[in-house]
Amino acid sequence: MAGDRIIDLQHVSKRFGDKTVLEDINLYIRKGEFITLLGPSGCGKTTTLRLIAGFLAPDEGEILLDGKDISAIPPYKRPFNTVFQRYALFPHLDVYDNIAFGLKLQKVPTDEIDRRVRRVLKMVSMTDYEERDVDSLSGGQQQRVAIARALVNQPKILLLDEPLAALDLKMRKDMQIELKEMHRELGITFIYVTHDQEEALTLSDTIVVMNEGKIQQIGTPTDIYNEPVNSFVADFIGESNILNATMIRDRRVAFIGHEFDCVDEGFGEGVPVDVVVRPEDIYFTKKPERTQFTATVKSCVFKGVHYEMYVDTDTGFELMIQDYDAYPVDSVVNLYIEPDDIQVMVKERTCNTFEGEMIDPTHVEILGGTFECLPQEGLGGGEKVTVEVDFDKVDLLDHQDEGVLAGEVHFLLYKGDHYHLTILTEDGDHIWVDTDDIWDKGDLVGVDIEPKDLKITRRHEA
Amino acid sequence: MKRSHWSIPYAVFLAIFVALPLVLIMVYALQDGQGHFTLSNITRFFSDKDALSTFAVSIEIAIENTLICILLGYPAAWILANRQLNRSAVTIVLFILPMWINALMRTLATAELFNILGIQLGKGTLLYGMVYDYLPFMIYPIYNVLVKMDKSYQEAAQDLGATPWKVFWKITVPLSMPGVTSGVLMVFMPTVSTFAISEFLTNNKIKLFGTIIQENINASMWNYGAALAFFMLVIIGITTMFSGNNKEAEGALI
Repeated sequence: MAGDRIIDLQHVSKRFGDKTVLEDINLYIRKGEFITLLGPSGCGKTTTLRLIAGFLAPDEGEILLDGKDISAIPPYKRPFNTVFQRYALFPHLDVYDNIAFGLKLQKVPTDEIDRRVRRVLKMVSMTDYEERDVDSLSGGQQQRVAIARALVNQPKILLLDEPLAALDLKMRKDMQIELKEMHRELGITFIYVTHDQEEALTLSDTIVVMNEGKIQQIGTPTDIYNEPVNSFVADFIGESNILNATMIRDRRVAFIGHEFDCVDEGFGEGVPVDVVVRPEDIYFTKKPERTQFTATVKSCVFKGVHYEMYVDTDTGFELMIQDYDAYPVDSVVNLYIEPDDIQVMVKERTCNTFEGEMIDPTHVEILGGTFECLPQEGLGGGEKVTVEVDFDKVDLLDHQDEGVLAGEVHFLLYKGDHYHLTILTEDGDHIWVDTDDIWDKGDLVGVDIEPKDLKITRRHEA
Repeated sequence: MKRSHWSIPYAVFLAIFVALPLVLIMVYALQDGQGHFTLSNITRFFSDKDALSTFAVSIEIAIENTLICILLGYPAAWILANRQLNRSAVTIVLFILPMWINALMRTLATAELFNILGIQLGKGTLLYGMVYDYLPFMIYPIYNVLVKMDKSYQEAAQDLGATPWKVFWKITVPLSMPGVTSGVLMVFMPTVSTFAISEFLTNNKIKLFGTIIQENINASMWNYGAALAFFMLVIIGITTMFSGNNKEAEGALI
């Protein structure tokens, strides 16, 4: 159904210098929808919004409004209005003139401007603030004026760039409810950008999860929460236990050293997968026939509504559990997981694969560094090769200059008994590492690989 | 030692080099040649046609110079502050560079240039020299405000339907007024009191207020000279007060 699509992004890419910030974005937005672009900082969500607003032009691809390409239309002619992250209220104008700015440019008659400004001020509960200097307003009030200034022009689409980021928690919650109500009343399309997953779940009809310039998943809040497509989404949205698993056969999966029934099919037999189990979906039981595994409670913290517990399973995996009842530390508990609470995801990769070149029979160059390898028969210098390295065979060193390559811990995921790290090298390549050591995001590390752990094969030219 | 004691050297400096001279100007202005108290120096100024007309000419030249500096300086500052038009910091330095050379030398060189080109010295050459000397003082504060201006204001205006031209007049210009104000302060006040430029570039055909003060003091008429200097201080005081409640203007100077 193309008819109800108001915005359509087709194969949109954007680069700043040689850094790709958006890669082949395909996304359509339906009329009247509240859609949220969600992701960590630097994921490309704000760039996407600025492309739609017209402050940036895509390097590749098209942006369609009602089916027509708007690439050549400057921002001041686009029927959208933006609520900026730090409001950008004009400091030399009072509240009334800020809101009337757009209408005056359109040469709307004075009495109509007056009527419309008063109406939006009422809508954002800011009546009687017309004469106030914008600098004299609180953050929340400036926010309301910014929303009023955008809405008074009756845009087809309202773009919101992290509008609540500068507010405190209580006010943020109140504004969320008000925004949702405004959306319902006005019936116009809202495109909302945030890094706050809870905000996205609360507000949106549709969530677009983004990471590193790519769309990870598009879906309703419940879809995204209950059926994340990969471990990034699972980790980013809500609390989760993300674990390595093996699909035994359809509807049967093994992880944490036990086998479980699940509802997923079509992954194949004996295939490595990731599973996600939400902490509230692991249940305690006293009945031996229900018990799937046992565990020892390691810590128990009251979180207001529920208790958050960390347990060590009988097979040595750590799991997070949320329950309304508290179980004492060091007690042994019986646990089970319902089949439809196990979300099975395709593993994006099972080992590191690099393209490289042989220097001589015992040295190979990958990612711009030269590694020693076992003598390779029949592979001479200059030969193009593919090198595979298992995640747990990459050594991380405390100092960048101790390794063959220098990098930075870019992303980390706890998998119950080890950490799965993404290392970003200085040249911008990714190396994935499984480790028992504790690293933090942003740690600078050296990377080394032992000669015997490099699996080298000749690359077949396509 | 208390921290407030650290300010003593500065206080002493200010007392000797700022407060004391001001007091001396007042004292001299209110004395006759024999050291007796008198108001005659003050009253003499208001009956001195020569001094009054010179005063009027000075103000006129200063206003003209300031206006020309704004007209030339604002676009220059805008271009320098625009990342798309000016990618290099070198161009900014080129505009500031003349300020590193002594103004007297530059003025002498300019006079020589007019001489070589056979251009008659007069009001035109005077204004030329003044604009040349004071333009950087107008460009720099405006450039400073423009460079620091949050781009999101311009984007917000565009977003609300303003064409680039409208954005410039309705957002950029009003928000850069603090820079213009401090530029005006830095150009207008020194032009009123300058005498070297008019001496070299008009051969004293056009006398400015600073010229008469200098002439009086050179002729050992300290008391009348002090009275004239006092009037100039009043003018400067009034201009400063005019823009004194504008805190942002001070920020733009830095």
